[in-house]
Amino acid sequence: MNYQQRMSQRAQAIAPSPIRRFFDMAENMEGVISLGVGEPDFRTPWTIRSAAINTLERQAIFYGANSGLLQLRQEISRFMERKYQLSYCPENELLVTIGGSEAVDLTFRTLINPGDEVLITEPCFVCYAPLVSMADGVPVSLPTKEENEFRLTAAELKEKITPKTKLLVLSYPNNPTGAIMRREDYEEITALLRDTDIFVLSDEIYSEMTYGTKHVSIAGFEGMRERTIVVNGFSKTFAMTGWRLGWMAAPPEIIAEARKIHQYGIMCAPMVSQRAAIEALKHCESDCADMIAEYDRRRRFLLERFSQMGLRCFPAQGAFYLFPSIESSGMDSESFCEQLLQEERVAVVPGSAFGACGKNNIRISYAYSLKHLAEAADRMEHFLSKHHK
Amino acid sequence: MKELLQLLKENARRSNAELAVILGRDEATVAAQIKELENTGVIRGYSVIVDEELADKDEVSAYIELKVTPQPDCGFDELARMISGFESVESVTLMSGGYDLGITITGTGLRDIASFVAQRLATIKGVLSTRTHFVLKRYKEKGILIQDEGNDERGVYL
Repeated sequence: MNYQQRMSQRAQAIAPSPIRRFFDMAENMEGVISLGVGEPDFRTPWTIRSAAINTLERQAIFYGANSGLLQLRQEISRFMERKYQLSYCPENELLVTIGGSEAVDLTFRTLINPGDEVLITEPCFVCYAPLVSMADGVPVSLPTKEENEFRLTAAELKEKITPKTKLLVLSYPNNPTGAIMRREDYEEITALLRDTDIFVLSDEIYSEMTYGTKHVSIAGFEGMRERTIVVNGFSKTFAMTGWRLGWMAAPPEIIAEARKIHQYGIMCAPMVSQRAAIEALKHCESDCADMIAEYDRRRRFLLERFSQMGLRCFPAQGAFYLFPSIESSGMDSESFCEQLLQEERVAVVPGSAFGACGKNNIRISYAYSLKHLAEAADRMEHFLSKHHK
Repeated sequence: MKELLQLLKENARRSNAELAVILGRDEATVAAQIKELENTGVIRGYSVIVDEELADKDEVSAYIELKVTPQPDCGFDELARMISGFESVESVTLMSGGYDLGITITGTGLRDIASFVAQRLATIKGVLSTRTHFVLKRYKEKGILIQDEGNDERGVYL
């Protein structure tokens, strides 16, 4: 069989994930300390796990409603109202998905026609462009700047809009930069979008992880609800990555189309996870607050250490990442990371993995204990003292 | 204060500067708060958590349950204070349930502990009975694991 010839051209055109390469390298080395992982280090709160165990013990695990358990959608609706003053109808404006990832994929497949341009705000998580391509869309990079703390400005957006622009992808709080968008930033952008028929995919998976400020959703701005697909999930907020559960919130017309794709491709999100998620939304407020307080301590600790070692880093207020500039080393992010791994056995992800505009930065995850972070920071300081230009 | 105490419990050797950064307060405030915790007796001292198996293979620890007769006027306090006075006694707690005082003690061997129980503890006036449990292995103490932490099971999948 000539696989190359017979398999999907689109699939083959997708590049392998740039994050992985480093970690394949790190896995074969002794004594590596990683700041690379993009998921919480906390265990899922016990009450959530207990709800899952109860479900397994007492209930048959059948298929459920395509949109997700109604009770879960009701809780999600309350959560969005309570936290972000967004109002979505559980019956026809919410769809429970397999992680935020499926919701992102569904959004592209629901909205894109061949040749449609999708503006992807960068630096960003690596999944958007490949998934847009698989949906026959054309991914268009929309770079942001460190000097603006990686917030998207109206001028940057305006420059990239063409008649073919179908959708704008935003992900704030941002992976990999930790950037957030403030109310005033959205005022500017929404003023621009309001007069267009461009959709917005707002990936808000890190929405609960903001420090010293509250998350603002673009869907709450005038004229935005009708064009916005909000994606969120349980992975980050409730430390439930492996449970694979997320959701999308959008006008009923969009949800109806997305649900068909979800129905044929997925059927329904895992039922044990759905039952557990109800518990998460109802009773885990204080568990989440504790986790967020701990992330904030780590964030402050690392920012201070970076400043001590002369590593420039804007004081990111979201997610659990810092995105320091490594310009002073005179290296690009790929070689910086490679040498840091070889010489000090610290694994971090090059900023270029998240878009060309991250080429002078590295992504540092602080989903690690303070003790672990302290050790990694010491090694980085040693590395920098050797390589400072 | 609670957050500060928690951080100190995790690692009492953190500098005030580091604590200040982690807590988002200034160093002078942290120093003053620690001083206050010390002065008011909330902080009773700073110790170290040791893996005794690595530090001294011959050391033996035991947990002793003690039933005692409460003394007129002072209840259990006088006896507890007296027992606390022994240097080899590491902790003394008043318990609810089937016995009264719980004691942890460390000695240089089984015989050492046996003689302490027989000659020192059991002979104290008011002690009705003792029951000694030897510690076989420690797994966690004061929130700190006495074993190597498991590997980080998280991978990088994307």
